[in-house]
Amino acid sequence: MKILVFVKQVPDTTDVKLDPKTGNLNREGVQSIMNPLDCNAVEAALRLKEKHGGTVVAISMGPPQADDVLKKALAMGCDESVLLSDRAFGGADTLATGYVLSKAAEKIGDYDLLLFGRHASDGETAQTGPIVAAFLGIPQITLAESLEIEDGWAVAKRSTEDGTETVHAKLPALVTVCGEINEPRYATPINIMRALKKPRQVLDCAGLGADPAKCGSPGSPSVTKHLFEPKHEHVDTVMFTGDADEAAKQFVDMLEAQHLI
Amino acid sequence: MTKNESKGIWVFAEQRSGKLDRTPLELLGKAQELKNTTGEEVTAVLLGSGISALADTLAAHGADKVIIAEHENLASYSARPYQKVLSELCEKYKPSTFIFGATALGRDLAPRVMCSLGTGLTADAVDLGFDDEGAFVQTTPAFGGSLLAHIAIPELRPQMVTVRAHVFDVPEADESKKAEIIRESVEIEADPDYKVVELVEKVNTGVSINDADVLVAGGRGIKSQADLDMLREFASLIGGELACSRPLVDEGWLDHSLQIGQSGTTVKPKFIINFGISGSVQYIVGMQKSEKIVTVNTYDRADLFEISHYGAVMDYSKLLPAVIAEIKRRKQ
Amino acid sequence: MSMFKFTEEQLMIRDMVREFTKNEVEPRDKWMDENGFDYELHQKLCQAGLMGIHLDEKYGGGGGDAVTSIIVIHEIAKGSASAALFLDANWLAADLILHHGTEAQKDKYLPQAAQGKIFAFGLTEASGGSDAAAIKSTVVRAEDGGWIMNGGKAWITNSGVADYYVILAKTDPDAGNKGISAFIVPKETEGLFIGKFEDKMGMRGSATCELSFNDMHLPADALLGELGKGFKYAMEALDGARISIGAIAAGLSEHAMTIAKNYANERICFGKPIGKFQGIQFKFADMAAEIRAMELMTYDTAAMKAAGMRHTLEAAETKLFAGTHCTQICLECQQVLGGNGYSKEFHVERFTRDAKLLEIGEGTNEILRMLIGGTVLAQK
Repeated sequence: MKILVFVKQVPDTTDVKLDPKTGNLNREGVQSIMNPLDCNAVEAALRLKEKHGGTVVAISMGPPQADDVLKKALAMGCDESVLLSDRAFGGADTLATGYVLSKAAEKIGDYDLLLFGRHASDGETAQTGPIVAAFLGIPQITLAESLEIEDGWAVAKRSTEDGTETVHAKLPALVTVCGEINEPRYATPINIMRALKKPRQVLDCAGLGADPAKCGSPGSPSVTKHLFEPKHEHVDTVMFTGDADEAAKQFVDMLEAQHLI
Repeated sequence: MTKNESKGIWVFAEQRSGKLDRTPLELLGKAQELKNTTGEEVTAVLLGSGISALADTLAAHGADKVIIAEHENLASYSARPYQKVLSELCEKYKPSTFIFGATALGRDLAPRVMCSLGTGLTADAVDLGFDDEGAFVQTTPAFGGSLLAHIAIPELRPQMVTVRAHVFDVPEADESKKAEIIRESVEIEADPDYKVVELVEKVNTGVSINDADVLVAGGRGIKSQADLDMLREFASLIGGELACSRPLVDEGWLDHSLQIGQSGTTVKPKFIINFGISGSVQYIVGMQKSEKIVTVNTYDRADLFEISHYGAVMDYSKLLPAVIAEIKRRKQ
Repeated sequence: MSMFKFTEEQLMIRDMVREFTKNEVEPRDKWMDENGFDYELHQKLCQAGLMGIHLDEKYGGGGGDAVTSIIVIHEIAKGSASAALFLDANWLAADLILHHGTEAQKDKYLPQAAQGKIFAFGLTEASGGSDAAAIKSTVVRAEDGGWIMNGGKAWITNSGVADYYVILAKTDPDAGNKGISAFIVPKETEGLFIGKFEDKMGMRGSATCELSFNDMHLPADALLGELGKGFKYAMEALDGARISIGAIAAGLSEHAMTIAKNYANERICFGKPIGKFQGIQFKFADMAAEIRAMELMTYDTAAMKAAGMRHTLEAAETKLFAGTHCTQICLECQQVLGGNGYSKEFHVERFTRDAKLLEIGEGTNEILRMLIGGTVLAQK
């Protein structure tokens, strides 16, 4: 079985700030990491490989330093890595990203299963997986909380508003996984040392045979007009003061006034 | 599709098992608001089998037109047939805007339709509107809600967007409103490669925090599980439901279904009382539209105070027993 | 930031251990302070392949050199000094087998060490303390060619949780340092008694007990290395352990400073964060400089060890400097936190208690000063 697992490098923080002067993201002192849900995708791939055999190829699109997350994927146990790196890929929205990733899947070929994290912690669109599935014309299972392979079908549980579905999708298929699916392993030191000896490939736009007009900014229908920090409307707060009993009386007065008791 | 050839605001009228939940109705309300600016008609697009009757509900909540595509192979959702039908309808009618709910289904389907149409799709918007230049922009959170982004799709059409549930109000139903019904006959194969084999329905444990009018929320400052019982008691005294911020879920004390915030549920109750929650960005994003906010925290600079109508800088474990006793005294 | 050159592998291991520490180690440190050794953390360390990182691949280890091992200790100390001390003591004992064991002993014990069996090193005795050579435990030949050990040990890190002990005892009472030999003792050996856990000031997540040996019979192959060489082996091993103490001091100091830094930037006094006051800034200036010096000394000495150079003086200097400053830094961080620094809730109080050990264990400051002073004055 050949599994392709797609990983993204993201800033290691959910509390980012904007540079007040430039309005751009302040990345100073912020480390880059593998998108946390992509770690779950790698773990899912490795567990399937351990059960059914085969190879796991880790793929990432990004600048040359995005190779760091691929090295981590290899250290966790993936067999090969492919970095998709080209200036032409810069400024991509989800459509252009999905296009490039689908070209990579076609270029690598013979895939049985494509795995994604449910969403990336930076953009949080949760779109790239389904877009790649659409480009490749294959079925998808999003939001997987479990994943098995049975007789050429991917079998997964997924949570929706109504409950938990068990769905089957025939391979080749694409699956996006939630954090509930597993606990990602640590890359052990011995595997870290082995990782750097594994095959690592870099492909650019020409190497992928991709159409530059469909990549990066030119291939992106949507644009981010600006980023801003959420503003809260300031309200004048009525404070309850005094000791606990005094404050409690004021509190309950308020509850009465609001018709809650 | 380009700007000039496209017209109309579409809302995907998601139905599951023949029922509409409130999300498409919220979207219709917002679409009517957008119509005030653009003058475009609002069309609800309904896919399924034996679901025509839902058109009245859609009309009552703001659909000027309802496109109904019925086929037995659309009875239950599956990505590829839905993708094909919706893409073909878009090619035929060329809407300028197409809004989906950011539900499990909407997030599964919209990206595939977007890919077929080669246009843009903004994910998980918390607001829709127009910027200073009159361009349609979608506001969407990034980095766990620490930042918001204005996204626009300037040239290509339709401008697609998924919108988070519960950020807009369901408009009041006006049963007298009638919509123009367009029945589309479709021929569609079932997807042989995808099947839902089982659905274990959620066990309904009381009112979900989504629908509660009054919430009593606890956070990192809650010292023990026993104190949660005190919060529960207080909640029942004021007819509210217990909710929480993320740390209590991480701690394993409460279920994820009770979590307010970016990675939990967005809530909009009439009244919310926060105990031991200082208010991370992620939490505030999830509850800031509550009508009245009360905050009890020992830290006087807790961010939540800034959006609170009432507050007390106090240890909840001292205040709350006194409040409970006072309520009981007055109820006697 | 430093120009110290780590290999690509070492940087990846550092990042991995950093992540491991943040997720698995730091959240447990307070628990360990209150409850003692954490077997669950030990399991996690095994699963993450960290227990045997210093051992060769052929034994199932991670194949890391001295610098790699120190990276692990340093990063783990940023989350828990106790956990780092546990690893240090474990490796110290296992390394004696690695360096001096027969092939048979290595094949027997090292794969177990790599898989996570716990080792402890027994040198110090209650009446001996710093005068390590004044060992009173004795070993005599048994009739079957094995050995009989009598006596006891005190302050043995990992005792009570260890699977194997490397114990030093007098095989020739008249030969002074040269009459001391090392023995491998499995925990279930008859005649080995393990006392109660010490009720320590700090480092409470690492186990420390008294051991006593009562006509404890050992097989012939329990002898580690050559007869009479035990003290020499122990002193070499302590050189390595002192580098580890430097790493623990640097990690623990950084942990304390990070908490104090966040506090200084958040805590408002007289209308501004206290970090804006010079009195607080100066503390951070000194702490930052001292931590950097600790790190450089630690990694430089580790690099000497990795290159096979003698590093007795440098290891002693590293431990003396790092241990002393770590205690001072933890106290200063408590001061930055004011009343909160005195409260257990803000962790730094615990760090001060942990830090004090670094001025005592593996050679007290006074013994190290004697060693360094004597060496320096004898240098031409």
